Amino acid sequence: MTGVRQRFTPLQRLLHWLIAVCILAMLFIGVGMVSTATPKFLPLIAIHKSLGIAILVLALIRLAVRLRYGAPALPADLPEPMKLAAHLSHYALYALMIGMPLIGWAMLSAAAYPVVVFGGVRLPAILPQSDSLHTWFWDAHFYLAFAFFALVLLHVAAALFHALVRRDGVFEAMASVSIHDEVAPAE
Amino acid sequence: MPEPNRPMLGSLALIAIVIGAGAAAFAYTAGWFSPQRLTPTRLVEALAPAAGPSLGHRRNHAKGICFTGEFEANGAGSELSKARVFASGRYPVLGRFNLATPDANAPDAKVRVHGLGIRIATPDGQEWRSAMIDPPVFAVSTPQGFYELQLASKSKDANAMKNFIAAHPEFAAFGAWAKNAPWTDSYAEDRFNSLNSFVFVDKAGAAHVVRWSLLPAAQPVSISPDDLARRGPDYLEQEIARRVAGAPQHWAMVVTIASPGDPTADPTKAWPPDRRTVEVGTLVVQKIEAERDGPCRDINFDPAVLPTGIRPSDDPFPAARSAAYMKSYDLRTAEAKDYPRTTTGAKP
Ligand code: HEM
Ligand code: HEM
Repeated sequence: MTGVRQRFTPLQRLLHWLIAVCILAMLFIGVGMVSTATPKFLPLIAIHKSLGIAILVLALIRLAVRLRYGAPALPADLPEPMKLAAHLSHYALYALMIGMPLIGWAMLSAAAYPVVVFGGVRLPAILPQSDSLHTWFWDAHFYLAFAFFALVLLHVAAALFHALVRRDGVFEAMASVSIHDEVAPAE
Repeated sequence: MPEPNRPMLGSLALIAIVIGAGAAAFAYTAGWFSPQRLTPTRLVEALAPAAGPSLGHRRNHAKGICFTGEFEANGAGSELSKARVFASGRYPVLGRFNLATPDANAPDAKVRVHGLGIRIATPDGQEWRSAMIDPPVFAVSTPQGFYELQLASKSKDANAMKNFIAAHPEFAAFGAWAKNAPWTDSYAEDRFNSLNSFVFVDKAGAAHVVRWSLLPAAQPVSISPDDLARRGPDYLEQEIARRVAGAPQHWAMVVTIASPGDPTADPTKAWPPDRRTVEVGTLVVQKIEAERDGPCRDINFDPAVLPTGIRPSDDPFPAARSAAYMKSYDLRTAEAKDYPRTTTGAKP
């Protein structure tokens, strides 16, 4: 008997909250650094690159864990359009978690900037130098960053809606701090 | 699902507040509520001449020509910095001679300040980029001052520069140089100075605050701006191309080490002339190429791209410049169609 999981596994919950904090930090550091010409600019952009690459690694691990363990089913009484919205937004969030760092890396590669992270790790260029590619990836990084933030806000709103209004256990599936892997026996 | 009731309205209000606060914090961080913040965008916009920027070109130092060559390190710099570039050897160089003007078509005789961008690559995969100019001191002591200088120098108000100079006494040393120093008739005769200070870190981890200069091997020949004008609007580029085609041109790289208490954060203040200097190597310029299809075109000579062994100091300029150059680079590379390449084989 496999059983139906009611919560995400502890590893999934850990990765979720770790990445959530990193991504929020990235979005704020991103818009903050491009709007300052103070000495803070240099440490901010260095953190932006390193944290962004860390998110790429964490998100790939997370994707693998998700493919392995799946996710608890949404409540049966959740209206179909909301289920669809939930699934699509989760695909989009995964795409952005993995896509944004790759786009940032590609953008710097196309501009022939050295990509140095974690205070000295040199990443190879993933694109040849090209003004048109740089512009394309710059636009993508810029517009997707704002789309990402909008999606994060929507995600938070939906999570709070589950927690405060519907009280249907969806929020607890990710927010629980219990390390026990709660599995209800299948019927 | 519960029927709508007061607690549920309260919950919805709470959600709205959380989301609204998040969005507001984001907008605040992005500077949308702070029109006075000195952003890279404002710095770059301030540089634009009245007629608008030269599209597709650098937003400052817009007129220039590419060079390639080598840096021959003599090993003496290893005492000051563990960067590979100071270990004796020859390292490939990409660079650009340029004029400090936002107008890509400015005649040479109209531009007082000459510049040089350089990128030295070492086998460990590291790079040292630097952008240097020929005055002995910078015009202003802060990025904010630089911004105000741009506004004053293009202002229609006849007193704008006078007011600027009154508010910025530190401008005097640069002003005196601009007025009195002889003009040179070749990039090969210019001395280029980092002006900004940086920190060299040696193998033992000790930090040395330094500035560096490139001293020309060629004997400077002075020329009046009028005579330079008579040689044609693009004389300097034609001359350096001819000269380098005839023979490689050399500059000695000399590092000056600050003593405790020297003004390391203010590029308008020269350090006392008796400070120790170390000659660390020679820049050899071997080949000149037009910028339009040349290898320096899409490079950002960002002064904050430094190898391990060199880091920024308390000088506020490298960070401000790095932020502004990135913005300028983003703009100009997106405008490539306004500055089309001529060769079909060139990179897109
Ligand atoms: C989850 C990952 C990431 C997020 C959410 C993110 C977000 C952002 C945001 C919000 C901005 C500011 C956009 C603007 O207002 O102009 C930005 C800019 C930037 N990001 Fe990222 N970023 C991520 C990953 C990366 C990575 C991995 C790199 C490089 C290795 C990178 C390099 C940059 C650079 C260089 C800029 C400035 C671009 C310019 O203006 O020229 N980013 N990013
Ligand atoms: C806050 C002060 C400054 C601002 C806002 C500023 C702005 C700029 C901009 C926008 C560019 C074009 C960058 C590009 O598109 O690649 C540029 C190029 C350049 N700047 Fe500055 N600059 C500042 C200070 C300085 C200082 C202190 C020096 C010299 C010590 C300097 C030397 C140069 C040189 C040589 C170039 C041409 C580099 C090349 O060939 O690409 N600048 N500057």
